[in-house]
Amino acid sequence: MQDWKSLQEAFAAKGYVASPDLAMALHIAGSLGRPLLLEGAAGVGKTEVARTLASVLDTELIRLQCYEGLDAAQAIYEWNYQRQLLAIRASAEDGQTGRTVEQRIFSEEFLLERPLLHAIRRPRSPVLLIDEIDRADEEFEAYLLEVLADFQITVPELGTITATSRPHVILTANGTRDLSDALRRRCIYSYVEYPDRQTELEILNRRSPGIEPHLAAQIVGFVQALRKEDLEKVPGVAEMLDFAAAISGLGINDLSDDPETLQATLVTLLKTAADRAAIPAEVAARLVGKAA
Amino acid sequence: MSPRGRITRFAGRDPGVSGRVAGFIAHLRENGFHLGVAETDMALHALSVVRAVDPAEARMALKSVCAGTAQDIAAFDELFDSYWMNEGRVRQKAVPSGDGAQARHSRNSREAEGGRSAASGRQHSPEETPDGEAASEGTGKLVASRIQQLMKKDLRDLVSPQDIHAAEVIARRLGAAIRDRRSRRRKAARKGSTIDFRRTIRASIATGGEPVRLAHRNRPDRPVRITVLCDVSGSMLPYARPFLAFVAGLMRADPASDAYLFHTRLVRITEALRDDDPLRALNRITLLADGFGGGSQIGRNLEQFARSYARRFVDGRSVVFILSDGYDSAAPELTGTALARLRRRGCRIVWLNPLKGWDGYEPVARGMAAALPHVDLFAAANTLESLARLEPEMGTL
Repeated sequence: MQDWKSLQEAFAAKGYVASPDLAMALHIAGSLGRPLLLEGAAGVGKTEVARTLASVLDTELIRLQCYEGLDAAQAIYEWNYQRQLLAIRASAEDGQTGRTVEQRIFSEEFLLERPLLHAIRRPRSPVLLIDEIDRADEEFEAYLLEVLADFQITVPELGTITATSRPHVILTANGTRDLSDALRRRCIYSYVEYPDRQTELEILNRRSPGIEPHLAAQIVGFVQALRKEDLEKVPGVAEMLDFAAAISGLGINDLSDDPETLQATLVTLLKTAADRAAIPAEVAARLVGKAA
Repeated sequence: MSPRGRITRFAGRDPGVSGRVAGFIAHLRENGFHLGVAETDMALHALSVVRAVDPAEARMALKSVCAGTAQDIAAFDELFDSYWMNEGRVRQKAVPSGDGAQARHSRNSREAEGGRSAASGRQHSPEETPDGEAASEGTGKLVASRIQQLMKKDLRDLVSPQDIHAAEVIARRLGAAIRDRRSRRRKAARKGSTIDFRRTIRASIATGGEPVRLAHRNRPDRPVRITVLCDVSGSMLPYARPFLAFVAGLMRADPASDAYLFHTRLVRITEALRDDDPLRALNRITLLADGFGGGSQIGRNLEQFARSYARRFVDGRSVVFILSDGYDSAAPELTGTALARLRRRGCRIVWLNPLKGWDGYEPVARGMAAALPHVDLFAAANTLESLARLEPEMGTL
């Protein structure tokens, strides 16, 4: 059995700096075979957790992106209608009876696996990422509960398909709507915060080791200060990495050197017109001053 | 994370780890966590896969299992300390003996914990104001009697059967305007834009693979659930007539709708209004709406609604109507946070303000200003006719 600390180290080795809380939640979810529900603002790296877990466990990642109106045909399985039609035609010419035709076209051969079914039929436990579950509607949430409870799926024409391996399930949500208590209760829960200055610096160092320490500290300090401003869309970790890439790509050595270029690179951090207007050059300069 | 206090000592006779964990879950439950028996089991399993003797590890392990929302996470550490770390006692320097003595009183640690957790429960739930609870129960003495006007207004003086009939027609039209919300899912239907392959193929087996009869799928109309919160405080009395008629009419027109009155407290009137005889229904409400015409506590009532009824009756397919002038005798900030909480259920919020109908009205009432950012539609309504005129705007929701 893995220890949560070794899990944290394994994550760090793959470039993801996990907080102790998160590492513990992952460890427990893994040991108890429970789904893990991750909540937090957009851009704190929830989806990345699943990706990193898959590479730590050296297994495949199966992703189901949720949206309003997502239904069983897109999430679980669908029959391959075109092939079925052809098969019916072909067997009609061979003079087969309706019954044998029916048996044939409703067999595994004609079943198209969608992410949920695919995930429970792998020989090795994959990581199943159910992304932005709060975007799916409540009917789907209820169905998902059933699947997550016993990891089996019933296809009326085929019978019940039981899991050959239990996937490691990670659900993410960022508060589009409240999730049902039933779903919350079934999951291990962790709330992912924006990383603090030190953690974020570590993330930057791991992801872009080329940036020299002084500049890296400045970049992280600037983004941290920016998050405290009153913004519509607070920049996440991915935005910070983009910003760092832009800064180092432009060959800037110190953020306070060139206010104009700094203002131009803010396109990587501020993604709405109102936010752009809220951070004019003077404010940006003040934030850089604070960061140092 | 270093231990913040000394670890609680338990009596030797208590039933061991499982008893203590059960006590802890009960402690959390008393402080507003939604936990069942399954969680106790899960918590014990979780402790078995970590080094449970290390307080920091046990803390994180239990947190990931027991907390279910961001608020839970925020409250967890303190609750953990008050149970396992016994902070208060350490500071009083009565550590081992006092603690042990308390546990020795009972045979079962759960009872002992119950007593302690009840004591700490008070300090850990600052949001639930004790007087608010009392007022809503109708047993509160101080605050309730100070604000509640105990003059009983008879609603029958205000609303006539003709009014209700007229309102019913309007409510039905408004309901129909909102109701037409299309789902993004597709369902089998007689006619429709896409073909239902599954059923078509199945049917075509009988005709040798020739899809003679095409089955269709379409997006069904999803009923929208209407919830009305009607302010009947003193300042709203002049408008009570059209609003109450509207609520009564709505209840009769749409069996899925839901209605509440509030003044100093919140009352659910859905059941009462479903009475077959509209006048008898009003009579029943008069009994419920004791304190009608008193002061208003919009923020607190909305907060209470968002925390209690909304969890059961409001979802992403709801439209919440608030009929109020926004004059709040309590802190207006509460209105904003309560509406934000309500919004998170995915519903749309319509605020109908009678004062907005006045020329040159600005939403200066502070409660109103706090509410506006969270409201989908803010409109004027002070007569039944003005309600009827809202029909086109409802369609855009």
